[in-house]
Amino acid sequence: MTDSNTETLNVSVWRGDASGGQFRDYQVPVQENQTVLDVVTWIQQKIDDTLSYRFACRVGMCGSCAMTVNGEPRWTCRTHVNRVTQSSSLEIGPLRNLPVIKDLTTDMDPFFDKWTKAGGTHRASRSRNDGMVPVDPASKERMIASEGIECINCAVCYAACDTVAANPQYLGPASLQRAWTLVNDEKHDDRSAVLRAVAAEGGCYNCHSHGSCTRYCPVELNPMKAVAGLKRTTVAKLWGK
Amino acid sequence: MLNVRLYMLQRLSALVMAPLVVGHIAVMIVAVQGGLTTAEILSRTQGSLWWMLFYGLFVIAVSVHAAIGLRVVAYEWLGVKQKLSALLSIIVFIGLLILGMRAVFAVTLS
Ligand code: SF4
Ligand code: SF4
Ligand code: FES
Repeated sequence: MTDSNTETLNVSVWRGDASGGQFRDYQVPVQENQTVLDVVTWIQQKIDDTLSYRFACRVGMCGSCAMTVNGEPRWTCRTHVNRVTQSSSLEIGPLRNLPVIKDLTTDMDPFFDKWTKAGGTHRASRSRNDGMVPVDPASKERMIASEGIECINCAVCYAACDTVAANPQYLGPASLQRAWTLVNDEKHDDRSAVLRAVAAEGGCYNCHSHGSCTRYCPVELNPMKAVAGLKRTTVAKLWGK
Repeated sequence: MLNVRLYMLQRLSALVMAPLVVGHIAVMIVAVQGGLTTAEILSRTQGSLWWMLFYGLFVIAVSVHAAIGLRVVAYEWLGVKQKLSALLSIIVFIGLLILGMRAVFAVTLS
């Protein structure tokens, strides 16, 4: 690479697998508008092609590129280096709260297993022969559902949540937010089954409402509010309302 | 860790405690005005069904609230296994209840 820029970034990247590992240091030339994903890609292409990481869209759509950057969970393709570090050093590790497969790649199975466990699989209330359920976009229910449907399943909130870290059963913010959108979706069959799923052990009552999920969600959703909605609604059901 | 029953008990006990805490603090402020003596306190509480109910309810709410809270703390922060933290929380509940009720009866029964 013919790069006249002499400035370099000192990047520590976590290398290892499920059995352990450590941070290793790399020097990466500074470039304008460089994202954290660009830095990781540069290391993989120019220094060590055995470095494993995951990405797909590079534009904040697919949710596959999340990592821990200077101690905080981030979507790396939309995180500019100069937004996360004032100095010239960067520490990049795998997402917290998920098993590591290798280097920066985590196993997302527990995340999606919980997503299913919280009742997240869509079950249509009508077959293709019945026609669509009319949904009024301005109805209260639809507006609540719409608040949560832009989730890209990046697991940033899941990594940010201390309750997930402390309580392995806890379903976590993303799956509960998904459940909340279904509870408010007229097209979903048997919405009370979703409420039962989130009220079970490991469900919404474990949330301490400290809001890390909402603070870190890169697409600015509010999973904490969704979990609060589930608590309210399930309890109201208990009272027969 | 928390199911709907424990969650609601936690909320309800907090709801019960809130006015009782305020009442307790208000009485303390009034009570210390003329100096605080055992005799003065006992003259107010002894033989009073109201104070017995007030502090009796307070003790029950505190026992429930603290036991559930400590159950979660034990499980999430101290790494105590789920069954054991449930057992611990029952012991805390019974312990607080006995200690608290003994104190309530000691100052309200004449
Ligand atoms: S508000 Fe709830 S879901 Fe969000 S980070 Fe805190 S405990 Fe986790
Ligand atoms: S709620 Fe936000 S942080 Fe969590 S998975 Fe969805 S997009 Fe990512
Ligand atoms: S690569 Fe798709 S969201 Fe970052």
